[in-house]
Amino acid sequence: MKPTNTRNPDYYHKVVDCQWACPAHTPVPQYIRLIAQGRYGDAYLLNRESNVFPGVLGRVCDRPCEPACRRGRLEAEPVAICRLKRVAADHREDITDRLPKKPAKTNGKKIALIGAGPASFTVANDLAPLGYECTIFEKLSEPGGLMRSNIPAFRLPEKVLSEELDCILDMGVELKLNSPVESMSAFLAQDWDAVFVGTGAPRGKDLNLDGRWEDGAKDNIHIGIDWLESVAFEHTKAIGKNVLIIGVGNTAMDCCRTSLRLGAKNVKVMARKPRQFFKASVWELEDAEEENIEIMVNHSPKAFVHKNGKLTGMVFDLMEYVIDDNGRITDQKVTGQTTIPCDDVILAIGQDNAFPWIEESCGIELDKWQVPVVDETTFESTRKGVFFGGDSAFGPKNIIWAVEHGHQAAISIHKHCQGKMLTGRLPNEVDMAPTKMGMFEWRYSNSYDDAERRKMNHVELTKRFAELDVEVELGFTPEQIATEVERCLNCDIQTVFEPSLCEECDACIDICPVECLSITPDGDEDTLRASLSASEKIAGQDLFVSSALPMTKRVMIKDENVCLHCGLCAERCPTAAWDMQEALIQIHHADDQDEGAVP
Amino acid sequence: MTSFTKPIIRRKNEPTNELGLVRADYDGAMSTLCAGCGHDAVTASMARAFFELSIEPHRAVKVSGIGCSSKTTAYFLRESHGINTVHGRMPSVATGAIAANHELTYIGVSGDGDSLSIGLGQFVHAMRRNVNMLYMLENNGVYGLTKGQFSAAADMGSTAKKGAINELPPIDPVALALSVGATFVARGFSGDREQLVPLIKAGLKHKGFGLIDVISPCVSFNDHKGSTKSYEHTYKYYNPAVHADYVPPSKQIKAAYDAGDVMPIELHDGGQITLRKLENGYDPRDRAAAVHKLFESGQSQEIVTGLLYINEDHKDMHEMARMDDRPLNAIPYSELNPGAAKLKEIQKSFR
Repeated sequence: MKPTNTRNPDYYHKVVDCQWACPAHTPVPQYIRLIAQGRYGDAYLLNRESNVFPGVLGRVCDRPCEPACRRGRLEAEPVAICRLKRVAADHREDITDRLPKKPAKTNGKKIALIGAGPASFTVANDLAPLGYECTIFEKLSEPGGLMRSNIPAFRLPEKVLSEELDCILDMGVELKLNSPVESMSAFLAQDWDAVFVGTGAPRGKDLNLDGRWEDGAKDNIHIGIDWLESVAFEHTKAIGKNVLIIGVGNTAMDCCRTSLRLGAKNVKVMARKPRQFFKASVWELEDAEEENIEIMVNHSPKAFVHKNGKLTGMVFDLMEYVIDDNGRITDQKVTGQTTIPCDDVILAIGQDNAFPWIEESCGIELDKWQVPVVDETTFESTRKGVFFGGDSAFGPKNIIWAVEHGHQAAISIHKHCQGKMLTGRLPNEVDMAPTKMGMFEWRYSNSYDDAERRKMNHVELTKRFAELDVEVELGFTPEQIATEVERCLNCDIQTVFEPSLCEECDACIDICPVECLSITPDGDEDTLRASLSASEKIAGQDLFVSSALPMTKRVMIKDENVCLHCGLCAERCPTAAWDMQEALIQIHHADDQDEGAVP
Repeated sequence: MTSFTKPIIRRKNEPTNELGLVRADYDGAMSTLCAGCGHDAVTASMARAFFELSIEPHRAVKVSGIGCSSKTTAYFLRESHGINTVHGRMPSVATGAIAANHELTYIGVSGDGDSLSIGLGQFVHAMRRNVNMLYMLENNGVYGLTKGQFSAAADMGSTAKKGAINELPPIDPVALALSVGATFVARGFSGDREQLVPLIKAGLKHKGFGLIDVISPCVSFNDHKGSTKSYEHTYKYYNPAVHADYVPPSKQIKAAYDAGDVMPIELHDGGQITLRKLENGYDPRDRAAAVHKLFESGQSQEIVTGLLYINEDHKDMHEMARMDDRPLNAIPYSELNPGAAKLKEIQKSFR
């Protein structure tokens, strides 16, 4: 095989599974080490550079990092990355004076941001300190977008959200509330240097079954995201005793748990398919079930039942599925019907983009799904100077994706305003820093800790329903923090190999606790992998192959898949051919795209 | 941290042997030898051989003397029996143990100092008696534990770390073994576990005394230019001449072996050793040919390795001495100790 090019910035980045999986590429192991040292403020600021809302995301992030965590390949449970992020946010000292500041004078460029959600706020966060005059337009009376209107306060306290939004507004960003943009063409006629659309995917899907629009009944059938918004703004304060939630995504989980807090006694979540097809995150399902929510599988909605002008229940087809070895449904049949009584139904079956306010004449092309045609790198629409991000760009995703879209759009807007090519973006880079301090001593906690994942403590069931905004998760205790940080394997501390120093004594191979090294005659990838005891290939992780070794011309290979980054190979190597080096992945944002930018 | 340990980690999909044990179950305590020591690679090879043979650790016995190599019995098979004996006295302790229970698997670990100087007499007589054990002689040509004096295995003309030249001829354990009647004589190299692990497996399964002289470089005191036991020198003159694979009875394929390419040798347990890479019709059952090959290759500095000699026909100590087939712990006490009356009767027969 060709020797691995570890100078490719993506090579070591990929090894840091969590950082690679994070859309915003948050340097997870690096901030966990800061938390371990009690440097919460530093950990918070490091987080903030990439994900902007550590307090929010430390509670409600979709956590693509956790399923990717290397720890999950060793045992069952990944490091509680998201919870540790919350630790940094909750325990940070006052870091106000270390945040990006409102510049002394602006550069005169006017940027309009439509929709006050995470995408727009990220663009403002990146551009305002560079001197841009950013104005955010929001149709509601509060900023935050879905973070405020759809995520219930028992998961994300209002104070946490407001704090993180305020520190961006303090950079000199203007916020215009109750200011819906009703005509894009009129809006574009104003004097903007660039316009960013971050209006989300605001239209909840409906279910047009028999009885949906019956008078009397229709008032008790709600669209999930609209209903959550109405609860968040205190327009809705009660719901019936028996509630059915249709759909089993994360919105459904928020709807069922919110219902309990508005007085519902019996809440059922109705799923069309078996559990393995649920869209909701595992932990959100667990949290709902902890509150005695019943999730019923294989019930496909058929009709709404009403009597005397009142909703009384719903009819469901009972489904049976044939599932093949790959876990795909190949066939289905209806085995019967059942009617389940209820007072209210909440539909949480997805949401669509909707841009009724963008006229065709604007030159902003929408595809047949009403999704704008947006460049995946620059986030520019078909009209120059108009950018999209967050759910409004490519349909519903999550907060952390919205943040990353915001970062990328900010780079584009910065370049657009300077009249530069949008595609000439800085590639990622990697800096390598030594970690050796002495004999058996490294600049990171290298010894393997076999502690199990810490379980988040929750407010007692009897206490949590009293108010809508009692935060359920209590945060980690100091003991939990101390244990959980040690579970991180420090995947960013890389095993760096220098073939010319190798004596082929096999010491590294013997010491490796997961047998991920081998010295073997060169061959194709399958032959090389066969010489490893752990040879199953997991998507995404490469095989490291050195150049020919000096003594025998064989090659050193390493399965990046199972390496623990414990440093024992480097500890055991008599010639320091192996070394542990910290890979600092440089992810560029708008502020370092060009020399001479206002810091 | 002032030292480090190798953590025990259970991985998903870890390979297991016939007993359901994983490779790490055959590990021992953390090695305290110098980083890069050849002995650690030999230790790992022994652990792997026991793992692959699915030998229950508690049915194995490790015996050793004194020296860097003799320390290594602590570093593998943590759940087996073992004894660190007085310097050079491992062969007699092993002989006694095997006399008491010959049903266990015995492995002796020693070095060139322990075996070829202070323990030379014991070593030779264990071979003569064809004691049923595998004797690993980890040979680095130097007294590592006392900081680098020449051992009796150092080649003439090789230099010590500070430049002194060795003027005494070496004792070659392989030549010695061939001359006194060892029935399984091999040489290996710590840097070639592809060869060493199968060799250890074959040696463990051979009935009788097996010697594997393993070139195992000392990184601290004998890995310099001028040394003939360094990694560099060994890799340069290395000749893996005869590759031996152990094939257990259950896995035997009665396919036609291409004569001249692969030579099968039947073992007492019904298994087989198959020999590969044989040069010019070399027959490892021919002792004279083995001696000839050894001395011939020695003249060109070549380090000839592999299974150089095997004799499956010779009786082992237990059989020669017509000892009870049962281990002593399985013989009833009344039989082991027939009492004073019986003793008197025996004594009477000598009067």
